[in-house]
Amino acid sequence: MATEAKPAAPTEDPVKLAEFEARCDRGETIEPKDWMPEKYRRQLTRMMSQHAHSEVVGMLPEGNWITRAPNLRRKMCLIAKVQDEGGHGLYIYCGTETLGTDRAELIDQYLYGTAKYSSIFNYPTLTWADIGVIGWLVDGAAIVNQTMLAHASYGPYARAMIRICKEENFHKRQGYELCATLARGTPAQKAMVQDAVNRWWWPSLMMFGPHDTNSPHSADLLRWKVKQKSNDDLRQRFVNLTVPQAQAIGLTLPDPDLKLDQATGDWKFGEIDWSEFNAVIAGNGPMNRERIAARRKAHEEGAWVREAAAAYAAKHQPAAGQAA
Amino acid sequence: MSTGPNGVGEWPLWEVFTQAPGGKPHEHAGSVHAPDAEIALQNARDVYTRRGEAVSLWVVPSGAIVASAPGDAGPFFDPGNDKPYRHPQFYKTPRGVKVF
Repeated sequence: MATEAKPAAPTEDPVKLAEFEARCDRGETIEPKDWMPEKYRRQLTRMMSQHAHSEVVGMLPEGNWITRAPNLRRKMCLIAKVQDEGGHGLYIYCGTETLGTDRAELIDQYLYGTAKYSSIFNYPTLTWADIGVIGWLVDGAAIVNQTMLAHASYGPYARAMIRICKEENFHKRQGYELCATLARGTPAQKAMVQDAVNRWWWPSLMMFGPHDTNSPHSADLLRWKVKQKSNDDLRQRFVNLTVPQAQAIGLTLPDPDLKLDQATGDWKFGEIDWSEFNAVIAGNGPMNRERIAARRKAHEEGAWVREAAAAYAAKHQPAAGQAA
Repeated sequence: MSTGPNGVGEWPLWEVFTQAPGGKPHEHAGSVHAPDAEIALQNARDVYTRRGEAVSLWVVPSGAIVASAPGDAGPFFDPGNDKPYRHPQFYKTPRGVKVF
């Protein structure tokens, strides 16, 4: 036994816990004021806030290309998409707050603490083609994951996901259209989009997280119906959807082991380089430091706006009350 | 304004209700933080109506909402649940009458 006591795992009332698990099994929706095990609350707060942080940090790699979009149509699409990502972050923060942690605290944990976000946003957007590939592969992978989460047992999370899924389809379609356009363009354009696919393919597969056998939180999340499918099942679904899409626009995926299993209909793929995944998660991806620095800078430089709006509201509150 | 860790101030929370076109009722969409009602409306518009989802928006201070308690849901809603005679299926129609 360790001598230093960690915060004790909460002991739950076994009757209430059994009732709760029965509700999850029946597919009922858990709402904010319902009884829930402390671990469910903690796991969801972790998972949902990570998801919200990911949406917001996801604005950075794409925002990088807004000023250099090749034409007005693409620029309008990209601005709208980046704005959507900010909105998605807000939907999920709002859902997370219903579990009892203030948004300011969640953002604080992310900017100055140990909260994580999706590993994918720690890769750089080197060329314009990366914008298309992010929409097609990264948003495509996100849709596979979020379509499942739209059935999550926690009501506010599921409802946020339904809203997000409706909007993500635009993200994926605009990205795929962009890739298709480059793929049938000049040899240089085709080479540029193929290079972007080569760089983003494996990180996209890593978005689904570790193998099921190595995923520390999966068992609880599956038992409590936060997740309905395992990381590996979702990853396989994404590969199966994406391979024909790549073939249709004449691009290849950088995996010599990729082949169709006639018996199952699944596209079998090679082993992911988990040392790369672990390095990025640990903070040593190509862009980790730059991303967090950019987010801190934005947050700190926006402080005066938040303070001014609060001061204005305090000053005008009595007058507004009288006018009502 | 509540104060979070590191003295980070958080604006008050507002619940957002959107009315879809076509005479639909207002429906809860989510929440926003805002320092006052006017900015709450603008934030709600930017967050919840980017695709023509609404013709009308309500924002309500979250603290102003009074909700039934989940633990009491059984007895609280019981008066409405034990009266099957309020549903048309409770009544029999003579055999052969199909359109009613």
